[in-house]
Amino acid sequence: MLQELETIYKEALEAIASVRDSEALRAWERTYLGEKGSVYGMLRSIGKLPKEERADFGKRANEVKEALLAAMTEREKLVSAAELARDLEEGQIDVTLPGRPHPTGGLHPSTHTLRELYRIWGDMGFQVYRSRDVEDDETNFTLLNIPEHHPARDMWDTFHTTTPGVILRTHTSPGQIHAMRELGDEGNEPIRVILPGMCYRYEQVTARSEMQFHQLEGLAVGRNIRMSDLRGTITEFARRFYGPKAKIRFRSSYFPFTEPSVEVDVECFLCGGEGCRVCKYSGWIEIAGAGMVHPTVLQNGGYDPTQWSGFAFGMGPERMTMNKHDIRDIRYFWNNDLRFLEQF
Amino acid sequence: MLVPLSWLKEFVEIDIPPELLAERLTLAGLEVGSLTYIGIPQGKVEGVRFPKSDHLVWDREKIVLGAIREVKPHPDADRLVLAMVDYGGTELEQTVTGAPNLFEYRGKGPLEKPLWTAFAKEGAEVWDGHSETLQRMILKEKKLRGIPNRCMVCSEKELGIYEDHEGIILLDDPGKPAGTPLQDVLGDVLFNIELTPNLARCYSILGVAREVAALLGKPVRYPSFEMVAEGSTIEGEVAIEIQEPELNPRFTLTLLRNTKIQPAPRWMQYRLRLVGQRPINNIVDVTNYITFEIGQPLHAFDYDKLKARAGKKTPTIITRLPKPGETLDTLDEKTRELEPHNILVCDTQGVLSLGGVIGGAETEISDSTTNVLLEAANWNFINIRRTMQSQKVNTDAGLRFSRGVHPSQSILGVKRGIELMRQTGGGSIAQGVIDQYPRPVQPAQVDLPIKEIKRLLGIEISIEQILDILWWLEFKAEVKNDVLHVIAPEYRMDIGSGVVGRADLIEEIARIYGYDRMYDTIIADEMPPQWANTALEREERARDVLVALGLRETISYRLTTPEREAALTPQPPLPRGEEERDHDRLWDAGSYVELANPLTPDRAAMRHTLLGSLIDNALTNQRTVTRQQLFEIGQVYFKREDAKLPDEYRRLGLLITGARRATGWTQDEPDAPVDFFDLKAMVEGLLNGLHIQNAQYRRSSHPSLHPGRSASVFVNGQHLGDFGELHPVVARQIEWESAPLYVGEFDLDGLLADVNANYPVKALTNTPPVLQDIALVMNDEVEAARVEAVIRKAGGDLLKGLTLFDVYRGDPIPEGHKSLAYSLVYRADDRTLTDKEVATVHQKIVKTVERELGAKLRA
Ligand SMILES: [Zn+2]
Repeated sequence: MLQELETIYKEALEAIASVRDSEALRAWERTYLGEKGSVYGMLRSIGKLPKEERADFGKRANEVKEALLAAMTEREKLVSAAELARDLEEGQIDVTLPGRPHPTGGLHPSTHTLRELYRIWGDMGFQVYRSRDVEDDETNFTLLNIPEHHPARDMWDTFHTTTPGVILRTHTSPGQIHAMRELGDEGNEPIRVILPGMCYRYEQVTARSEMQFHQLEGLAVGRNIRMSDLRGTITEFARRFYGPKAKIRFRSSYFPFTEPSVEVDVECFLCGGEGCRVCKYSGWIEIAGAGMVHPTVLQNGGYDPTQWSGFAFGMGPERMTMNKHDIRDIRYFWNNDLRFLEQF
Repeated sequence: MLVPLSWLKEFVEIDIPPELLAERLTLAGLEVGSLTYIGIPQGKVEGVRFPKSDHLVWDREKIVLGAIREVKPHPDADRLVLAMVDYGGTELEQTVTGAPNLFEYRGKGPLEKPLWTAFAKEGAEVWDGHSETLQRMILKEKKLRGIPNRCMVCSEKELGIYEDHEGIILLDDPGKPAGTPLQDVLGDVLFNIELTPNLARCYSILGVAREVAALLGKPVRYPSFEMVAEGSTIEGEVAIEIQEPELNPRFTLTLLRNTKIQPAPRWMQYRLRLVGQRPINNIVDVTNYITFEIGQPLHAFDYDKLKARAGKKTPTIITRLPKPGETLDTLDEKTRELEPHNILVCDTQGVLSLGGVIGGAETEISDSTTNVLLEAANWNFINIRRTMQSQKVNTDAGLRFSRGVHPSQSILGVKRGIELMRQTGGGSIAQGVIDQYPRPVQPAQVDLPIKEIKRLLGIEISIEQILDILWWLEFKAEVKNDVLHVIAPEYRMDIGSGVVGRADLIEEIARIYGYDRMYDTIIADEMPPQWANTALEREERARDVLVALGLRETISYRLTTPEREAALTPQPPLPRGEEERDHDRLWDAGSYVELANPLTPDRAAMRHTLLGSLIDNALTNQRTVTRQQLFEIGQVYFKREDAKLPDEYRRLGLLITGARRATGWTQDEPDAPVDFFDLKAMVEGLLNGLHIQNAQYRRSSHPSLHPGRSASVFVNGQHLGDFGELHPVVARQIEWESAPLYVGEFDLDGLLADVNANYPVKALTNTPPVLQDIALVMNDEVEAARVEAVIRKAGGDLLKGLTLFDVYRGDPIPEGHKSLAYSLVYRADDRTLTDKEVATVHQKIVKTVERELGAKLRA
């Protein structure tokens, strides 16, 4: 029997040398060390031996068992290291594949730009004041120093409603009248507001022009508001919106509700003023119409123009968004194609 | 308006490059939209940028002034001639050409006066005059019908001046020798100036020249307004009667006798063509020329026709409003029905022309005219604009009159015009001018306290500088006691009086002084009180919540049609219950704000609902995506009976359709399409995100929605919106064929008013919860919200959580019944609950639901 034990021992050691994975190791364990395995089998049949041989055999059998257990522990380390290495290798994925799509929401690009404008102007003390889309002719034009049939009305192609004297506002400027009358305390309180809103023009819809668009008007009225303040204020805005190096220039222009009136250009932030497609090779991008509030408009808002003064400006959020992101077709904005919206 | 630099230079010296001049004009308010170069290279000025021009630059060596000394016949071709050209070389160059305007000189031998033209030598680059498209070509020697030819006499098209031509370009004696580079003769730049309505005075070359003069500090070189009048007096030849002096402040006439109608001189034709006018004859051309030169439109009558109409007596020109039913045949070959406000030029026999806008056909100049009566009148600009709009007519005269021409200009125009007609057609001018000017307009006067300039502009500018600027702008100004007393030049109509006049003057000073010299300052004024804009902040919060719920914001046209919105309810309408009257206003065709002048028929009224645009967006997008989750926040508009202006409400709309989750390449999550409960989760998410409490959901009667799968939201008893599956009939009407659409619309202002800004936050406790499930079988008609309410009431304080996790119908649940299974969480904040306490409250719940809902524990 001892002979037999030694044979099993030798055989077991040989067998374990070729064990490559934990499953084979478990099988090996069952074969040699399990309750029904060879070594236990030998130990159980110890009673068949003559008494004097039993002690030696038992000792040897325990030695064999311990040695095999040790061999198994040793082998287990090797096997699990090999298995880990194999798992890591087999577990490799193509990390260049796209991520699993996760449904995401998002804001409309105009909202993004409006929010940025609200934030910047809010920091500068200009608060949001909103007024109606459907206006009367008087507030949209007459009170803004644009009398009926005046050629200045040619500057705005207007949607008229079937109610005489009621139109869709052509600009956010009627908000100036509402703001002055509501917040100005009959010409006794200073005002600093921005007036965002949707405007409408009777204009053929093309890649460059829309019948509906946002405007954001600004208005400051006080006892000591100067045109140089308008310059300083817009410069400050431009630095915050376009970057700390932004430069602006004023060009003389005409709006019936401001005088002096100017167009405001910012040095092209895409080409640094060298000339590119977006700035039409001029180096400048128009960002606002502006000026000192016309004395007639101040009067219509309840202020005495000899004691009070103000400035106003108007910006186009869609136009600003287009310049920033090189969007070449303004029709994208209200078309709501998800392929467009999802880029924001 | 096109302004040729060469013409401008006639009135003012210009000593800066055209690009710099364009920049200066633009900054001063005369926006130069583009520069068109003729022959000369584009210049480069530091700091000024224009798009690169790809015009033809005339080679200074190869394209020169040529003098045709003789035109010989071509031996083998009738349609070709041989021009013998002096180009400044030692001998004449024989050039073969087909120019029809040389044929009249063919075979006449050496010409007494040479024909001045443009001559291109071999190797010169010109535009191909025979090509339909713009193509450059290099001149090479080749034979034309057997005669060798290597050079060319050029047309305007070949030189790139303008398209329209009648052969080669012919010039009046330029006073320069043959061989002079053509650049130095015809090289030019056209300024394309966009004029704002306040710059009416600049609708002429002279008007722009005045601005240039003020900007450059140079005197204006005015043209002569004298006429050489040697004929007998005009008195008695014609009379004027102005019936509406408000609409026709001034009317002047001069008379030219025994003149000849012939082509205008070449220089005049050339200039007219440069500004886009087609030459006709000297009389018509002079009226156009003066219109463009000084901005005063003229109108020429055939005097003999007027006299014939008057029965050989003295004709009387009457300006008046139309009589009922009057019509006029105008020069554009239209018969116009006259409107009550159209001011007319008439005689005793009837209407002659639409005053200031367009002439009548009957008394116009013809080739046989010999006596010309020239009109220069003045018209009320607002009335002219109205007439142009209502009569749908656009003329160069009307354009100027509708922007405003000062009455002082009539007399200048009528004299200069008749004199140019005499110079170009001969004859003698009758002495005198018939001038009716019933209410002479005095030049504007403004008193401007000097300190106002600093108060409004914030710049330090000396009195000397101010006076200097005003002087160059031709204002008369003097300072007394720190007040500027200013008289505007008589041609200016844009200077008002009082505070408006002051602002007008301040703008003039600022723009000539230059805004680039103005400093940036910080507002020194008091900061107005700042306030919290709760409505806006909450609206933006709503957007953020919706985005976090996975919705994409859309912004749509707010214009639609009542018909389009009617298709959002079943047509014809299905029988409805009383509660549906709630929604009546939504579909009331009478309360639309409708456009009187829609641009397109599909955008003719302001919307009542956001559902239409959301659905349109879904229809647009279904071509490219299957899963859509959209929202929009924006106004809807309802016309009121009792007020002029409509109600404008802010609404919030939702739309979801398609797969619940986004799908990608992994393909591992095949997903069901969204249903009512996905949309409800969004509504709940929105309300939770806004901290709106006490929302209740009831079955909705919104006509656009599936009656069985839609809900109304009530907060504090107020109905704030509806959501659910789009009504199947509506889905068919709008031709929606994909997975069902779930939509909702809410009263945003109402929702935001219910936001609880001070919502309480629950304390965190560590006492252990006891979890128990309960499954209840009840009649199918019992609504889940009611079950939940009853359980919560019975559970009292100890019931901390209640979640529905299963709804089951079918075996072994009896027919007409359902099982609702909830997991319940019991907990006390201050102690560990005993089993007994839990058992008591659980039993109470079981008993209460049985008593109140007839629900039994599921076996
Ligand atoms: Zn650029």
